[in-house]
Amino acid sequence: MNELRSKVKELLGSKEIDLFVGYEQGTRLPRPLIAASAEEADRLIFDENCTGNLAVYLTRRELAGGKKVGIAASYYAMRSISRLLDENQLREGMVKVFGLTPDGGLKLLDAIADVKQHLQEASAPSRQVEDEWVKEIEDMPPAERWKFWTGELSKCFKCYACRAACPMCYCTKCIVEVNRPQWIQPWAATMSNVEWQISRVMHMAGRCADCGACGAACPLGLPVHIIAHKMAEMVRQNFGEPTEKGNVLSTFNPNDEENFIW
Amino acid sequence: MNTEFEPKILAFVCNWCTYAGADLTGTSRIKYASNVKIVRFPCTGRIDFMLLLKAFANGSDGVIVSGCHPNDCHYTSGNFHARRRWIIFRGLLSFLGIDVRRIQFSWVSAAEGAKWADVVNKTVADVRALGPYTEYRKAAEFLAGNEDVLLKEQEVTP
Repeated sequence: MNELRSKVKELLGSKEIDLFVGYEQGTRLPRPLIAASAEEADRLIFDENCTGNLAVYLTRRELAGGKKVGIAASYYAMRSISRLLDENQLREGMVKVFGLTPDGGLKLLDAIADVKQHLQEASAPSRQVEDEWVKEIEDMPPAERWKFWTGELSKCFKCYACRAACPMCYCTKCIVEVNRPQWIQPWAATMSNVEWQISRVMHMAGRCADCGACGAACPLGLPVHIIAHKMAEMVRQNFGEPTEKGNVLSTFNPNDEENFIW
Repeated sequence: MNTEFEPKILAFVCNWCTYAGADLTGTSRIKYASNVKIVRFPCTGRIDFMLLLKAFANGSDGVIVSGCHPNDCHYTSGNFHARRRWIIFRGLLSFLGIDVRRIQFSWVSAAEGAKWADVVNKTVADVRALGPYTEYRKAAEFLAGNEDVLLKEQEVTP
Protein backbone atom coordinates (compact mmCIF):
# COMPACT_ATOMS: atom_id res chain seq x y z
CA MET A 1 0.00 0.00 0.00
CA ASN A 2 2.76 2.39 0.95
CA GLU A 3 4.61 1.27 -2.12
CA LEU A 4 1.66 2.32 -4.29
CA ARG A 5 1.26 5.66 -2.52
CA SER A 6 4.93 6.60 -2.80
CA LYS A 7 5.08 5.43 -6.41
CA VAL A 8 1.98 7.47 -7.34
CA LYS A 9 3.34 10.54 -5.55
CA GLU A 10 6.59 10.15 -7.40
CA LEU A 11 4.85 9.86 -10.78
CA LEU A 12 2.56 12.82 -10.02
CA GLY A 13 5.56 14.86 -8.82
CA SER A 14 7.59 14.18 -11.94
CA LYS A 15 4.52 14.88 -14.14
CA GLU A 16 4.75 11.42 -15.65
CA ILE A 17 1.05 11.16 -14.89
CA ASP A 18 -1.54 13.91 -14.42
CA LEU A 19 -4.11 11.78 -12.66
CA PHE A 20 -4.25 8.53 -10.81
CA VAL A 21 -7.45 6.48 -10.80
CA GLY A 22 -7.43 4.20 -7.80
CA TYR A 23 -9.34 3.07 -4.74
CA GLU A 24 -9.79 4.50 -1.29
CA GLN A 25 -11.46 2.98 1.76
CA GLY A 26 -15.24 3.27 1.49
CA THR A 27 -17.93 2.59 4.09
CA ARG A 28 -18.07 -1.10 3.29
CA LEU A 29 -16.19 -1.66 0.07
CA PRO A 30 -13.31 0.22 -1.53
CA ARG A 31 -14.54 3.11 -3.64
CA PRO A 32 -12.95 4.96 -6.55
CA LEU A 33 -10.57 7.81 -5.85
CA ILE A 34 -9.21 10.09 -8.52
CA ALA A 35 -5.99 11.51 -7.19
CA ALA A 36 -4.28 14.51 -8.73
CA SER A 37 -2.17 15.59 -5.76
CA ALA A 38 0.14 14.03 -3.17
CA GLU A 39 -2.42 14.59 -0.36
CA GLU A 40 -5.05 12.69 -2.28
CA ALA A 41 -2.57 9.96 -3.15
CA ASP A 42 -2.10 9.36 0.59
CA ARG A 43 -5.64 7.96 0.78
CA LEU A 44 -5.03 5.28 -1.88
CA ILE A 45 -5.41 1.62 -1.12
CA PHE A 46 -5.07 -1.42 -3.39
CA ASP A 47 -5.62 -5.03 -2.41
CA GLU A 48 -7.59 -8.07 -3.52
CA ASN A 49 -10.87 -6.48 -2.31
CA CYS A 50 -10.51 -3.78 -4.94
CA THR A 51 -12.45 -5.48 -7.69
CA GLY A 52 -14.49 -2.62 -9.21
CA ASN A 53 -13.67 -1.87 -12.82
CA LEU A 54 -12.00 1.56 -12.85
CA ALA A 55 -11.20 1.41 -16.58
CA VAL A 56 -14.54 3.16 -17.10
CA TYR A 57 -12.91 6.47 -16.11
CA LEU A 58 -10.26 6.22 -18.82
CA THR A 59 -12.73 6.88 -21.63
CA ARG A 60 -14.48 9.78 -19.92
CA ARG A 61 -13.18 12.71 -21.95
CA GLU A 62 -14.06 15.40 -19.43
CA LEU A 63 -11.94 13.60 -16.89
CA ALA A 64 -9.09 11.92 -18.70
CA GLY A 65 -9.12 13.47 -22.19
CA GLY A 66 -5.58 14.23 -23.30
CA LYS A 67 -4.16 13.46 -19.87
CA LYS A 68 -1.63 10.90 -18.80
CA VAL A 69 -3.40 8.62 -16.41
CA GLY A 70 -2.23 6.00 -13.96
CA ILE A 71 -4.74 3.36 -12.92
CA ALA A 72 -5.04 0.63 -10.34
CA ALA A 73 -6.52 -2.21 -12.34
CA SER A 74 -8.19 -5.38 -11.14
CA TYR A 75 -8.00 -8.39 -13.44
CA TYR A 76 -11.18 -7.57 -15.35
CA ALA A 77 -10.29 -3.88 -15.55
CA MET A 78 -7.02 -4.96 -17.12
CA ARG A 79 -9.01 -6.90 -19.69
CA SER A 80 -11.09 -3.80 -20.44
CA ILE A 81 -7.93 -1.74 -20.82
CA SER A 82 -6.53 -4.28 -23.25
CA ARG A 83 -9.72 -4.09 -25.37
CA LEU A 84 -9.77 -0.30 -25.22
CA LEU A 85 -6.20 -0.24 -26.50
CA ASP A 86 -7.17 -2.65 -29.28
CA GLU A 87 -10.08 -0.40 -30.21
CA ASN A 88 -7.81 2.67 -30.27
CA GLN A 89 -9.69 4.32 -27.43
CA LEU A 90 -6.50 4.63 -25.39
CA ARG A 91 -3.06 5.51 -26.57
CA GLU A 92 -0.09 3.49 -25.54
CA GLY A 93 2.13 5.60 -23.33
CA MET A 94 -0.78 7.69 -22.05
CA VAL A 95 -1.80 5.10 -19.49
CA LYS A 96 0.24 3.47 -16.75
CA VAL A 97 -1.39 0.35 -15.38
CA PHE A 98 -0.78 -0.95 -11.87
CA GLY A 99 -1.75 -4.56 -11.31
CA LEU A 100 -1.49 -6.94 -8.41
CA THR A 101 0.70 -10.02 -8.40
CA PRO A 102 -0.85 -13.17 -6.89
CA ASP A 103 0.99 -12.53 -3.59
CA GLY A 104 -0.44 -9.01 -3.33
CA GLY A 105 2.62 -7.20 -4.62
CA LEU A 106 2.51 -4.25 -6.99
CA LYS A 107 3.27 -4.61 -10.68
CA LEU A 108 3.66 -1.69 -13.06
CA LEU A 109 2.70 -2.37 -16.68
CA ASP A 110 3.68 0.25 -19.22
CA ALA A 111 3.14 -1.29 -22.64
CA ILE A 112 0.21 -3.07 -24.29
CA ALA A 113 2.34 -6.20 -24.52
CA ASP A 114 2.90 -6.14 -20.74
CA VAL A 115 -0.83 -5.87 -20.08
CA LYS A 116 -1.59 -8.75 -22.40
CA GLN A 117 1.20 -10.82 -20.89
CA HIS A 118 -0.17 -10.18 -17.41
CA LEU A 119 -3.66 -11.25 -18.53
CA GLN A 120 -2.25 -14.49 -19.85
CA GLU A 121 -0.28 -15.25 -16.73
CA ALA A 122 -2.74 -14.20 -14.05
CA SER A 123 -5.70 -16.47 -13.48
CA ALA A 124 -9.12 -14.89 -13.97
CA PRO A 125 -11.14 -14.48 -10.78
CA SER A 126 -13.89 -17.06 -10.52
CA ARG A 127 -17.17 -16.49 -12.32
CA GLN A 128 -18.86 -19.38 -10.56
CA VAL A 129 -21.80 -17.38 -9.21
CA GLU A 130 -22.57 -16.08 -12.69
CA ASP A 131 -22.18 -19.55 -14.19
CA GLU A 132 -24.68 -20.91 -11.70
CA TRP A 133 -27.15 -18.14 -12.56
CA VAL A 134 -26.82 -18.94 -16.25
CA LYS A 135 -27.31 -22.63 -15.64
CA GLU A 136 -30.34 -22.04 -13.46
CA ILE A 137 -31.96 -19.81 -16.08
CA GLU A 138 -31.14 -22.20 -18.92
CA ASP A 139 -32.77 -25.05 -17.06
CA MET A 140 -36.08 -23.19 -17.07
CA PRO A 141 -38.51 -23.81 -19.95
CA PRO A 142 -38.58 -20.87 -22.43
CA ALA A 143 -41.90 -19.48 -21.18
CA GLU A 144 -40.59 -19.37 -17.63
CA ARG A 145 -37.37 -17.69 -18.78
CA TRP A 146 -39.40 -15.00 -20.47
CA LYS A 147 -41.46 -14.56 -17.32
CA PHE A 148 -38.31 -14.30 -15.25
CA TRP A 149 -36.62 -11.71 -17.46
CA THR A 150 -39.70 -9.58 -18.11
CA GLY A 151 -40.42 -9.72 -14.38
CA GLU A 152 -36.94 -8.53 -13.54
CA LEU A 153 -36.68 -5.94 -16.28
CA SER A 154 -40.15 -4.52 -15.67
CA LYS A 155 -38.64 -3.00 -12.52
CA CYS A 156 -35.95 -1.12 -14.47
CA PHE A 157 -36.52 2.64 -14.47
CA LYS A 158 -33.90 3.35 -17.12
CA CYS A 159 -31.29 5.17 -15.08
CA TYR A 160 -28.64 3.75 -17.43
CA ALA A 161 -26.26 3.03 -14.56
CA CYS A 162 -25.39 -0.19 -16.41
CA ARG A 163 -24.23 1.96 -19.30
CA ALA A 164 -22.38 4.48 -17.15
CA ALA A 165 -20.49 1.75 -15.31
CA CYS A 166 -19.29 0.01 -18.46
CA PRO A 167 -15.83 0.86 -19.81
CA MET A 168 -16.85 -0.36 -23.27
CA CYS A 169 -19.91 1.95 -23.44
CA TYR A 170 -17.96 4.96 -24.61
CA CYS A 171 -20.07 6.14 -27.57
CA THR A 172 -20.75 9.85 -27.30
CA LYS A 173 -24.15 9.27 -28.86
CA CYS A 174 -25.88 6.17 -27.62
CA ILE A 175 -28.60 4.28 -29.54
CA VAL A 176 -31.12 5.26 -26.86
CA GLU A 177 -30.45 8.95 -27.38
CA VAL A 178 -30.94 8.84 -31.12
CA ASN A 179 -34.52 9.40 -32.24
CA ARG A 180 -34.19 8.99 -36.01
CA PRO A 181 -34.89 6.15 -36.00
CA GLN A 182 -36.03 5.70 -32.47
CA TRP A 183 -35.23 2.05 -32.00
CA ILE A 184 -35.97 1.96 -28.32
CA GLN A 185 -38.76 3.91 -26.70
CA PRO A 186 -37.25 6.26 -24.14
CA TRP A 187 -39.66 5.62 -21.30
CA ALA A 188 -39.32 2.82 -18.83
CA ALA A 189 -41.63 -0.03 -19.81
CA THR A 190 -41.07 -3.75 -19.90
CA MET A 191 -40.56 -4.03 -23.64
CA SER A 192 -38.29 -1.06 -24.08
CA ASN A 193 -36.29 -2.20 -21.05
CA VAL A 194 -35.84 -5.66 -22.58
CA GLU A 195 -34.91 -4.10 -25.91
CA TRP A 196 -32.40 -1.83 -24.23
CA GLN A 197 -30.69 -4.79 -22.58
CA ILE A 198 -30.69 -6.78 -25.82
CA SER A 199 -29.11 -3.86 -27.68
CA ARG A 200 -26.62 -3.19 -24.95
CA VAL A 201 -25.46 -6.78 -24.83
CA MET A 202 -25.39 -7.16 -28.61
CA HIS A 203 -23.20 -4.07 -28.84
CA MET A 204 -20.92 -5.66 -26.24
CA ALA A 205 -20.57 -8.91 -28.16
CA GLY A 206 -16.96 -9.99 -28.05
CA ARG A 207 -15.96 -6.71 -26.40
CA CYS A 208 -17.37 -7.24 -22.93
CA ALA A 209 -14.67 -8.01 -20.38
CA ASP A 210 -17.27 -9.85 -18.28
CA CYS A 211 -16.37 -7.73 -15.23
CA GLY A 212 -19.94 -7.59 -13.92
CA ALA A 213 -19.83 -3.82 -13.36
CA CYS A 214 -23.23 -3.36 -15.06
CA GLY A 215 -24.96 -5.63 -12.58
CA ALA A 216 -23.07 -4.20 -9.62
CA ALA A 217 -24.07 -0.67 -10.65
CA CYS A 218 -27.78 -1.41 -10.96
CA PRO A 219 -29.56 0.41 -8.13
CA LEU A 220 -32.33 -2.20 -8.24
CA GLY A 221 -29.93 -5.12 -8.24
CA LEU A 222 -31.27 -6.51 -11.51
CA PRO A 223 -29.05 -9.31 -12.81
CA VAL A 224 -28.21 -7.55 -16.08
CA HIS A 225 -24.60 -8.72 -15.86
CA ILE A 226 -25.85 -12.28 -16.25
CA ILE A 227 -27.02 -11.45 -19.79
CA ALA A 228 -23.58 -9.98 -20.54
CA HIS A 229 -21.92 -13.03 -19.00
CA LYS A 230 -24.01 -15.36 -21.15
CA MET A 231 -23.09 -13.31 -24.22
CA ALA A 232 -19.37 -13.49 -23.41
CA GLU A 233 -19.69 -17.24 -22.97
CA MET A 234 -21.57 -17.65 -26.25
CA VAL A 235 -18.99 -15.65 -28.14
CA ARG A 236 -16.20 -17.78 -26.71
CA GLN A 237 -18.00 -21.01 -27.58
CA ASN A 238 -18.82 -19.99 -31.15
CA PHE A 239 -15.90 -17.86 -32.21
CA GLY A 240 -13.11 -18.65 -29.78
CA GLU A 241 -11.12 -16.24 -27.66
CA PRO A 242 -11.32 -12.62 -28.85
CA THR A 243 -8.25 -11.38 -30.70
CA GLU A 244 -6.94 -7.91 -31.45
CA LYS A 245 -7.94 -8.31 -35.11
CA GLY A 246 -11.24 -6.46 -34.84
CA ASN A 247 -14.12 -7.47 -32.65
CA VAL A 248 -16.34 -10.45 -33.22
CA LEU A 249 -19.16 -8.80 -35.16
CA SER A 250 -16.93 -6.80 -37.48
CA THR A 251 -14.94 -9.85 -38.53
CA PHE A 252 -16.00 -13.29 -39.70
CA ASN A 253 -14.73 -16.72 -40.46
CA PRO A 254 -16.07 -18.48 -43.58
CA ASN A 255 -16.19 -21.65 -41.50
CA ASP A 256 -18.38 -20.30 -38.71
CA GLU A 257 -20.70 -23.07 -37.68
CA GLU A 258 -24.42 -22.95 -37.03
CA ASN A 259 -27.21 -25.51 -37.17
CA PHE A 260 -30.34 -23.43 -37.63
CA ILE A 261 -30.06 -21.85 -41.09
CA TRP A 262 -32.08 -23.76 -43.62
CA MET B 1 -65.99 -17.94 -42.50
CA ASN B 2 -62.51 -19.22 -41.91
CA THR B 3 -61.84 -18.96 -38.19
CA GLU B 4 -58.46 -20.68 -38.25
CA PHE B 5 -55.58 -18.60 -36.99
CA GLU B 6 -53.71 -17.01 -39.88
CA PRO B 7 -50.15 -16.15 -38.84
CA LYS B 8 -48.61 -12.87 -39.93
CA ILE B 9 -45.09 -13.48 -41.16
CA LEU B 10 -42.61 -10.77 -42.00
CA ALA B 11 -39.69 -11.73 -44.25
CA PHE B 12 -36.48 -9.75 -44.30
CA VAL B 13 -34.69 -10.71 -47.50
CA CYS B 14 -31.67 -9.59 -49.45
CA ASN B 15 -32.13 -7.91 -52.80
CA TRP B 16 -29.72 -10.05 -54.77
CA CYS B 17 -30.63 -13.62 -53.91
CA THR B 18 -33.78 -14.27 -51.93
CA TYR B 19 -35.78 -11.39 -53.40
CA ALA B 20 -34.88 -12.55 -56.89
CA GLY B 21 -35.60 -16.12 -55.77
CA ALA B 22 -39.05 -15.07 -54.59
CA ASP B 23 -39.56 -13.41 -57.96
CA LEU B 24 -38.71 -16.71 -59.60
CA THR B 25 -41.24 -18.47 -57.40
CA GLY B 26 -43.86 -16.13 -58.83
CA THR B 27 -42.78 -16.35 -62.45
CA SER B 28 -42.62 -20.15 -62.11
CA ARG B 29 -46.25 -20.00 -60.94
CA ILE B 30 -45.51 -21.91 -57.76
CA LYS B 31 -48.25 -21.34 -55.19
CA TYR B 32 -47.28 -20.60 -51.60
CA ALA B 33 -48.86 -19.30 -48.43
CA SER B 34 -49.96 -15.68 -48.69
CA ASN B 35 -49.22 -14.90 -45.03
CA VAL B 36 -45.83 -13.48 -45.75
CA LYS B 37 -44.95 -9.84 -46.29
CA ILE B 38 -41.56 -9.34 -47.85
CA VAL B 39 -39.25 -6.47 -46.96
CA ARG B 40 -36.33 -6.02 -49.32
CA PHE B 41 -32.88 -5.12 -48.03
CA PRO B 42 -29.66 -4.53 -49.94
CA CYS B 43 -27.94 -7.37 -48.09
CA THR B 44 -28.44 -9.64 -45.10
CA GLY B 45 -25.60 -7.73 -43.48
CA ARG B 46 -27.95 -4.74 -43.42
CA ILE B 47 -30.63 -6.55 -41.43
CA ASP B 48 -30.30 -5.06 -37.97
CA PHE B 49 -31.30 -7.30 -35.09
CA MET B 50 -33.61 -4.56 -33.82
CA LEU B 51 -35.74 -4.97 -36.95
CA LEU B 52 -36.65 -8.48 -35.87
CA LEU B 53 -37.69 -7.26 -32.45
CA LYS B 54 -39.72 -4.43 -34.01
CA ALA B 55 -41.47 -6.97 -36.23
CA PHE B 56 -42.61 -8.91 -33.17
CA ALA B 57 -43.57 -5.77 -31.27
CA ASN B 58 -45.70 -4.60 -34.19
CA GLY B 59 -47.75 -7.73 -34.66
CA SER B 60 -45.75 -10.39 -36.48
CA ASP B 61 -46.21 -13.92 -35.28
CA GLY B 62 -43.14 -15.12 -37.14
CA VAL B 63 -40.15 -13.76 -39.00
CA ILE B 64 -38.13 -15.06 -41.94
CA VAL B 65 -34.61 -13.82 -42.53
CA SER B 66 -33.09 -14.95 -45.77
CA GLY B 67 -30.24 -14.10 -48.10
CA CYS B 68 -27.49 -15.40 -50.35
CA HIS B 69 -25.73 -18.66 -49.64
CA PRO B 70 -22.28 -18.33 -48.03
CA ASN B 71 -19.68 -17.28 -50.63
CA ASP B 72 -22.41 -15.91 -52.93
CA CYS B 73 -22.85 -12.50 -51.33
CA HIS B 74 -23.11 -9.64 -53.80
CA TYR B 75 -20.96 -7.61 -51.41
CA THR B 76 -18.54 -10.52 -50.84
CA SER B 77 -18.98 -10.94 -47.09
CA GLY B 78 -22.27 -9.39 -45.91
CA ASN B 79 -23.86 -12.76 -45.25
CA PHE B 80 -20.84 -13.99 -43.26
CA HIS B 81 -21.18 -10.99 -40.97
CA ALA B 82 -24.93 -11.59 -40.78
CA ARG B 83 -24.40 -15.23 -39.91
CA ARG B 84 -22.22 -14.30 -36.92
CA ARG B 85 -24.80 -11.82 -35.76
CA TRP B 86 -27.61 -14.36 -36.03
CA ILE B 87 -25.68 -17.04 -34.16
CA ILE B 88 -25.28 -14.91 -31.07
CA PHE B 89 -28.57 -13.05 -31.43
CA ARG B 90 -30.51 -16.28 -31.60
CA GLY B 91 -28.67 -17.61 -28.55
CA LEU B 92 -29.39 -14.42 -26.68
CA LEU B 93 -33.11 -14.44 -27.51
CA SER B 94 -33.33 -18.04 -26.44
CA PHE B 95 -31.62 -17.18 -23.14
CA LEU B 96 -34.17 -14.42 -22.54
CA GLY B 97 -37.01 -16.81 -23.30
CA ILE B 98 -38.11 -15.39 -26.64
CA ASP B 99 -39.41 -18.22 -28.81
CA VAL B 100 -36.71 -18.70 -31.47
CA ARG B 101 -38.87 -21.22 -33.33
CA ARG B 102 -40.70 -18.19 -34.68
CA ILE B 103 -37.62 -16.96 -36.51
CA GLN B 104 -36.65 -18.90 -39.61
CA PHE B 105 -33.22 -18.20 -41.05
CA SER B 106 -32.44 -19.51 -44.51
CA TRP B 107 -30.25 -19.18 -47.56
CA VAL B 108 -32.26 -18.91 -50.76
CA SER B 109 -30.46 -18.14 -54.01
CA ALA B 110 -31.96 -16.44 -57.05
CA ALA B 111 -32.34 -19.86 -58.70
CA GLU B 112 -34.18 -21.47 -55.78
CA GLY B 113 -37.73 -20.37 -56.41
CA ALA B 114 -39.06 -23.70 -55.20
CA LYS B 115 -37.03 -23.53 -52.02
CA TRP B 116 -38.49 -20.10 -51.21
CA ALA B 117 -41.99 -21.56 -51.45
CA ASP B 118 -40.90 -24.37 -49.12
CA VAL B 119 -39.35 -21.94 -46.62
CA VAL B 120 -42.51 -19.85 -46.49
CA ASN B 121 -44.84 -22.84 -46.29
CA LYS B 122 -42.80 -24.46 -43.55
CA THR B 123 -42.60 -21.26 -41.51
CA VAL B 124 -46.32 -20.61 -41.87
CA ALA B 125 -47.11 -24.17 -40.82
CA ASP B 126 -44.74 -24.01 -37.84
CA VAL B 127 -46.05 -20.68 -36.63
CA ARG B 128 -49.65 -21.74 -37.19
CA ALA B 129 -48.99 -24.65 -34.88
CA LEU B 130 -47.41 -22.36 -32.30
CA GLY B 131 -50.35 -19.94 -32.36
CA PRO B 132 -50.33 -16.14 -32.13
CA TYR B 133 -47.29 -14.60 -30.48
CA THR B 134 -48.91 -12.64 -27.71
CA GLU B 135 -46.19 -12.71 -25.05
CA TYR B 136 -43.90 -10.24 -26.75
CA ARG B 137 -46.72 -7.89 -27.74
CA LYS B 138 -48.08 -7.93 -24.22
CA ALA B 139 -44.79 -6.55 -23.03
CA ALA B 140 -44.76 -4.07 -25.91
CA GLU B 141 -48.24 -2.85 -25.09
CA PHE B 142 -47.49 -2.54 -21.41
CA LEU B 143 -48.47 1.13 -21.36
CA ALA B 144 -51.60 0.66 -23.42
CA GLY B 145 -52.90 -2.04 -21.12
CA ASN B 146 -52.05 -0.31 -17.85
CA GLU B 147 -53.36 3.22 -18.29
CA ASP B 148 -55.52 3.04 -15.16
CA VAL B 149 -52.65 1.88 -13.01
CA LEU B 150 -50.29 4.47 -14.46
CA LEU B 151 -52.79 7.30 -13.98
CA LYS B 152 -53.25 6.26 -10.39
CA GLU B 153 -49.51 6.31 -9.86
CA GLN B 154 -49.36 9.86 -11.13
CA GLU B 155 -52.07 11.10 -8.79
CA VAL B 156 -50.81 13.47 -6.11
CA THR B 157 -52.43 12.98 -2.74
CA PRO B 158 -52.82 16.29 -0.92
